[in-house]
Amino acid sequence: MVANFTLARREAVKALLADRKDLLVITGLGSASYDVFDAGEHPGNFYLWGAMGGAAMVGLGLAQAQPKRPVAVITGDGEQLMGIGSLLTIATKKPGNLTIVILDNGHFGETGMQVSHSGLGAQLDVIATGAGFRSVTEITDIKGIHDYRPTLQRIDQGPRLARIRIATGHVDRALPPRDGVYLKNRFRENLGFAVT
Amino acid sequence: MHDVAVRTEAKAGQDWPLQIYQTLKAYGVSQISYVPDAGHSRLIELSHRDAAIKTTVLTTEEEGVALSAGAWLGGDRSVLLMQSSGVGNCVNMFSLAASCRLPFLTLVTMRGEWAEFNPWQIPMGKATQQAFEIMGVTVFRLERPEDAEEVISAACSLAFESDQQIAVLISQRMLGRKKWTETK
Repeated sequence: MVANFTLARREAVKALLADRKDLLVITGLGSASYDVFDAGEHPGNFYLWGAMGGAAMVGLGLAQAQPKRPVAVITGDGEQLMGIGSLLTIATKKPGNLTIVILDNGHFGETGMQVSHSGLGAQLDVIATGAGFRSVTEITDIKGIHDYRPTLQRIDQGPRLARIRIATGHVDRALPPRDGVYLKNRFRENLGFAVT
Repeated sequence: MHDVAVRTEAKAGQDWPLQIYQTLKAYGVSQISYVPDAGHSRLIELSHRDAAIKTTVLTTEEEGVALSAGAWLGGDRSVLLMQSSGVGNCVNMFSLAASCRLPFLTLVTMRGEWAEFNPWQIPMGKATQQAFEIMGVTVFRLERPEDAEEVISAACSLAFESDQQIAVLISQRMLGRKKWTETK
């Protein structure tokens, strides 16, 4: 049932975040957080270690607060599936600066690689189109990543959704900081807000 | 003169959604999210009419908890409006605000507590306060329209100045009875 995709997740995320400039990044819990951390620690990264299903909405709140900064949510298919309604909510607000990147291996990797709804046939790109996303892109190889990278810098014509079809192979965990208060203060300081 | 002043005051007291709106504005709230709710309908309308407030309709309440987190990360103050029946949906998402010690403010219109007609509203109505408290959210009650400004102001201070998670439960008695039969 699950198609055989070969794109390595770490390589894909590293290429996507190369030369990221002003990009702010929210990550969904699990492997997406590890991938973004492995690509390079940055104060403009906010890693979720819980709140499953919430990454895209954290991204919307941030994108609305910082309309002149590009914002990317990088998450997995399982995390996005738990908050699938948030795609409808985001589409109603049309945040030009927001891109949702779904690393889709069709599985729940963190919990033992059970096949996800995506692996069982749900088309997240079609769902995003139906929700009203202005731009939806399917990426299956590293060339697609390189081609898409400049799009993450846009602060208009969003929201966008990129479904990146990645391989299912095992990757060692790379663990970002998990103290939420530290992550919050670091992120806000990077935007120029003093710690109170 | 005295009579006019008293009536004006009483009338102002009755327009508690306007007072809540004005208090949120005074505290610099610039994002409001909501799940549609009759009790909040006037506040929702005031919010939509205000170009300085980004107003977001949600598909489910926990989206608003995550939205508030992102808003704060980006420097905005945000408030979530919902009905008591939606509080249970938020329980796990409250761990985001607790873990990151994020300011969080929600205004909750109560069902299932005062002259409720619909028995299906009662279980969550009875559990609303506890559902907040088990996750560390501090609960205030707004029982009288004339207290709206004071209670919301205190809630805003605690949330946005002391990084607390605050829920204000707006009494069903204040909202009036829902009409279940159409009048012709």
